[in-house]
Amino acid sequence: MTEHQHQHYYVPEQSYWPILGSIGLFTLIVGGINILHQHAYAWYIFFTGALIVAFMLFGWFSAVISESRHDLYSPQLDRSFRWGMVWFIFSEVMFFGAFFGALFYARHFSVPWMGGIGAKLATHTVLWDNFKAVWPLLQNPDPTKYIGPTEAMSAWGIPAINTLILLTSGVTVTIAHFALKNNERTKLALALFATILLGISFLCIQAYEYHHAYTEMGLTLHSGIYGTTFFMLTGFHGAHVTIGTIMLIIILLRCLKGHFTPEKHFGFEATAWYWHFVDVVWLMLFIFVYWL
Amino acid sequence: MSSIAIDPPDHPIDHPHGPKPGLLRWVFTTNHKDIGTLYLWLSLTMFIVGGSMAMCIRAELFKPGLAFFEPGFFNELTTLHGLIMIFGAVMPGFVGLANWMIPMMIGAPDMALPRMNNWSFWLLPFAFTLLISTLFINGPAPDFGWTAYAPLSTIYGPKSTDFFIFSVHLMGLSSIMGAINIIATILNLRAPGLTLMKMPIFVWTWLITAFLLIAVMPVLAGAVTMMLMDRHFDTSFFNAAGGGDPVMYQHIFWFFGHPEVYIMILPSFGIMSEIIPTFSRKKLFGYTSMVYATSSIALLSFLVWAHHMFTTGLPVIGEIYFMLATMLIAVPTGVKIFNWVATMFRGALSFETPMLFATAFLIMFTIGGFSGLMLAMVPADYQYHDTYFVVAHFHYVLVPGAVFGIIAAVYYWLPKWTGHYYSETLGKIHFWLSAVSINVLFFPMHFLGLAGMPRRIPDYALEFADFNKIASVGGFVFGCAQILFLLIVIRTIRGGPKAPAAVWEGAHGLEWTLPSPPPYHSFTTPPKVY
Repeated sequence: MTEHQHQHYYVPEQSYWPILGSIGLFTLIVGGINILHQHAYAWYIFFTGALIVAFMLFGWFSAVISESRHDLYSPQLDRSFRWGMVWFIFSEVMFFGAFFGALFYARHFSVPWMGGIGAKLATHTVLWDNFKAVWPLLQNPDPTKYIGPTEAMSAWGIPAINTLILLTSGVTVTIAHFALKNNERTKLALALFATILLGISFLCIQAYEYHHAYTEMGLTLHSGIYGTTFFMLTGFHGAHVTIGTIMLIIILLRCLKGHFTPEKHFGFEATAWYWHFVDVVWLMLFIFVYWL
Repeated sequence: MSSIAIDPPDHPIDHPHGPKPGLLRWVFTTNHKDIGTLYLWLSLTMFIVGGSMAMCIRAELFKPGLAFFEPGFFNELTTLHGLIMIFGAVMPGFVGLANWMIPMMIGAPDMALPRMNNWSFWLLPFAFTLLISTLFINGPAPDFGWTAYAPLSTIYGPKSTDFFIFSVHLMGLSSIMGAINIIATILNLRAPGLTLMKMPIFVWTWLITAFLLIAVMPVLAGAVTMMLMDRHFDTSFFNAAGGGDPVMYQHIFWFFGHPEVYIMILPSFGIMSEIIPTFSRKKLFGYTSMVYATSSIALLSFLVWAHHMFTTGLPVIGEIYFMLATMLIAVPTGVKIFNWVATMFRGALSFETPMLFATAFLIMFTIGGFSGLMLAMVPADYQYHDTYFVVAHFHYVLVPGAVFGIIAAVYYWLPKWTGHYYSETLGKIHFWLSAVSINVLFFPMHFLGLAGMPRRIPDYALEFADFNKIASVGGFVFGCAQILFLLIVIRTIRGGPKAPAAVWEGAHGLEWTLPSPPPYHSFTTPPKVY
């Protein structure tokens, strides 16, 4: 093994971004709790925290980008970033897993049990004898407390269109990746731009769907476990699409500024990985929330 | 492992960046040793805070009747004691050891992502500020036990529950980032020649622990997010009126909670696998089987969560499955215990303080493991559930298991960190006080539980008085003994006999090739391992 195979591993100097991030998150949380408890000035605290966090993210990523542009990063450090992103996405998978788990548990255990199937017959006869376990749940066990929706969300309207949009965006981001590898900068920018447009249209259509659900279908967060799992799963997915779109916009701006080379472009790849992850989560949502 | 021949780095380390002067060094640092030190001090601080709460609990339980606290406040004490000890004392303690030791053990310059390492630590003081502040704001602090079961935490949860929820979010963020860093470091920064199957077992156990952390901390985040939504946005995850189920919370929580138990013990297994060979002056018996046993324990931990819920009315077939799967874990755990004993067998044993704690760990963790097997049996658990037997069980695995592991590790590596030997006499006094008092404290709880004393109550029937009194005395002695530990640590930092690079003659591994105390940046050029 030659000496140059293991280059100097870059260990950054002291940094104030992390502590700023902690202060920002703490402020954000204190504001958030005060909003929930309806205290005065809560929103001001909340927004101050949000601003600090946004400033921290901007500053921290700027520092990383400029270090990378100054060639401080060795291939070994690049691998550290790759492992970091892989395991971060795995943690996100597990986060969604908790909510999918809740959906499966409700559909296959708690709701059928309350309807009198299987081991919990007494639960049905004693507590909820008028309840019928039909998924999607239009009539809740206690309709006086949780008014069910008037209809269920169908899979083959807006959701199918949104599936198509996201799958197409997965293709365009791959086209952009190949363009970057072949150093075709115009094609790269156009394909990235198309991906961003598709992401934004997905979000707009999703917003329209939510509006429709709230105003015309009675499908809300408080319409029982169907609405709960529907909005929490699609909502967290939508939040991730939003973050992914912001990431893509930043990558596009960096591409326009001439960042990234056909060999070195981990920022681009990480964003593409994230985008594909969001894509896969949507497929799961389409199958288990809308379709089956 | 111990067969590794080590080539020291070509040039003595001469890095221009030493520690920065001033207190802000600790806030801005990206150095794995600084961050490890911060973690360890946070852990010790939280151990003392959580321990004081335990002292209050034992004072209240000293005799029947309400002596000091309202029942509500007693519930707040048990809840915060649990949360602080788990998330504040044990987990940061292990992460601190990982930060200090992993780069030195694998021949790395630092952690893979040093700035993120700083953030992992500096989220924690804010998280615990949020959590502990609930004692000082209007209304009760979290009072539903560390498990925060719905509906105690949803419909009936006090306002401070929201502080609890967000502080758990911050702790989760910290753990996930810390774990990602550890995995990236181990997979990417090993010295050339140090293959996975040559890594010290401590590094192996941390690799697996980090995987568990990344897998389950997001699930806990999901659980408390659902709790938040049920509390404020009218969702019905845990409310049967809307088609949800309070037991669903328990499923999600324990899907996190059971791997969490192993998160708190696997690094301790790693520490034992370092200490026992050193003081037996023998190679670790069954290195490969240790790696596979640890991995099996980690995988099984995802498949046994409902054994915490036998009395919630699971279908019988489910209970039988979870009972058998749980008992299966005894097999890889037994392999580990066997290997440690086999390592000691015919070794040239000496009992310095770390080895004393390791020996106590072996015996007392096994007791905790056996009471765990008893609890795993469904029919028996119907009787034991939510009694002091459970309290005795998990304190036997957590205190002589996890906490003794951390203490043993501190004694073992303190001369490396500070360059000074600690006082062996004081260390031995600390050990004997702790080892005896811990049994006086927790052993009677088995009898209390078998006799039917429920957990989480401030008052009890007269027939439980004697054992409670004995347990409380043991508790006070154990608490005071830890003050001695604090003094020993401070004394060693300030001075003591000089320690050479190889602190213990029987120890092997890269960390012992560095001088004591090691340079600020461990290995700027990676050493070669054959």
